[in-house]
Amino acid sequence: MSSITVRATVPPGRYGSYGGRYVPESLIPACEAVAEAFSEAWADPRFRGSLTALLSAHVGRPTPLTPAVRLSAELGVTVLLKREDLTHTGSHKINNVLGQALLARRMGRTRLIAETGAGMHGVATATAGALLGLPVTVFMGERDVERQAHNVFRMRLLGAEVVTVTTGSRTLKDATSEAMRHWVTDADEAYYCVGSVIGPHPYPMMVREFQRVIGDEARQQCAAELPAATPDYVVACVGGGSNAAGTFAGFVETSAKLVGVEAEGGSGAANGEVGVLHGFRSLFLQDEHGQIREAHSIAAGLDYPGVGPEHAYLRDLGRARYVTASDGEAIAAAVRLARAEGVLPAIESAHALAWVVRAAGTPELPSGSTVLVTLSGRGDKDVTTLIAEADLG
Amino acid sequence: MKLLMPYITGGIVPGWTAFLSAFAHAGADMIEVGLPFSDPTVDGPTIQEASDAALARGTTPASVLADLAGTRVGIPLVASTYANIALRPGFGDALAAAGVSGLIVPDLPLDELAGLDVPGVQVSLLASPATPDDRLAEIGRRSQGFVYAVSVMGTTGERDRLAPSAVLLAARLKQVTDLPVLVGFGISTPQQAAEAAAAADGVIVGAAVMRRILDGANPAEVGAFVASLRAALSPVAPVR
Repeated sequence: MSSITVRATVPPGRYGSYGGRYVPESLIPACEAVAEAFSEAWADPRFRGSLTALLSAHVGRPTPLTPAVRLSAELGVTVLLKREDLTHTGSHKINNVLGQALLARRMGRTRLIAETGAGMHGVATATAGALLGLPVTVFMGERDVERQAHNVFRMRLLGAEVVTVTTGSRTLKDATSEAMRHWVTDADEAYYCVGSVIGPHPYPMMVREFQRVIGDEARQQCAAELPAATPDYVVACVGGGSNAAGTFAGFVETSAKLVGVEAEGGSGAANGEVGVLHGFRSLFLQDEHGQIREAHSIAAGLDYPGVGPEHAYLRDLGRARYVTASDGEAIAAAVRLARAEGVLPAIESAHALAWVVRAAGTPELPSGSTVLVTLSGRGDKDVTTLIAEADLG
Repeated sequence: MKLLMPYITGGIVPGWTAFLSAFAHAGADMIEVGLPFSDPTVDGPTIQEASDAALARGTTPASVLADLAGTRVGIPLVASTYANIALRPGFGDALAAAGVSGLIVPDLPLDELAGLDVPGVQVSLLASPATPDDRLAEIGRRSQGFVYAVSVMGTTGERDRLAPSAVLLAARLKQVTDLPVLVGFGISTPQQAAEAAAAADGVIVGAAVMRRILDGANPAEVGAFVASLRAALSPVAPVR
């Protein structure tokens, strides 16, 4: 397949029929302000320079590309791990948050608000707030507060206020709704730091741009590592889809096959239908009456019933494939990577590995293939879950 | 005479359409009927609770519209719901079949209206205190039936006092449209209704109605509240 361009043929904020800006009138000026500010900042070498400096000095970028030698031998495919788990704060979320926090400061906003699922985006936002001197309020579903107590404490330790959301399914979906409700009340002062490639325009595009550092680095690293320069497959887990969007951005114009792995119970791209939620049109799990269904996953970061609009578009184009992995497969993959490579991935990231483990040696992922897997985060936060769920044999 | 449009979450309790008749008898000019959605991001706690309660007892947008089709109220009914419901195929036909004359979709701004297909139904747009002048004029031009002036930067829900932004926005809207301007979000008492209506053509009252229904008030009791709003808006006794 020759390289294809998947953007630039549609109006800003649209990915085919997906995306858009489905927000109340009250939020239109705030969205427009963010879009305008991002557009200016992204074209400003000083802004880019400040972000690059922070990503280097504070986050530890570039992150390594690690050949998974023993796992590769076991599976019969060459697995390369893009190590976002080694970033400061432990997940790729920090890439986006530092970009948005710098933008918020450039816009003269005085505080940050954020939603969080597993707590990684909340921790990253709390970290950026501490670093740049901006107060942070994080909205988190009650179920996630219970299962990610460690991250709740980290956010508070960093000086953030954590608001427990008790409505609906009490997970990421409801935390996002509550953050949007709060944003309306203080849109002049508060900057809403969205954690994934979701939300009204410009968020899906902007978050992808802040995350594309993952894909851009990985593409260069693959060129140095692989005789064919690009891997045959590029695999990442997908909740809203930010680490996948950032990874895919580096490879969408290559011949690599793109695979997004969703949680079985949170598979908006694989099993969703067209709908509108949280400001954007995309694919969402919903019932026959148009009510959004609750997602269920052991990985709080994948517990979202929809998927970013660009993923829906890439799916329709056939440019990326979206598959699922179960809770059990993800846990087994996390343990397997820990034992084979000495790397404990986040349960979210383990979904991407789980698909590789399942598909390796089948026509889906033939023996001898080269596979880039983005490890979006590290598994320290999941140890409590693993104590309860993992069978160590 | 000032217009009064109370709101009810469709399907909130068994026999909920009795509230529609009570509102009409109490002097309402129109009624806004909410088709409950699982994720009401523009609503505050009261209408969130009402939506959840309605959904929990098996209410669907279709069941609300079916209830409306079998009810004669004698005043116009305006449906309100979220974009995910309103943009579903067949929604326009279902609205028309139910005899609904208007529609409000709070998360479907001007820029996304093209996706909405509801022939024969007047789509009323919302304007907010943050809406700039040029956009306000466009909303005035493209709105149908009336313009919904969102009183405050926030979600629906009762408030202690009318926000100063409500009067300001109503006055700005009156300069750009000949349609009636109705003020909504947070109007909780007859006095607030009178204050808001002084600068506008009428008011929309939602959470204050729904809190009473959630607390167990019957149609006559909520009708009495609506009558008190009516009395505050005009000295004329409601027609019975």
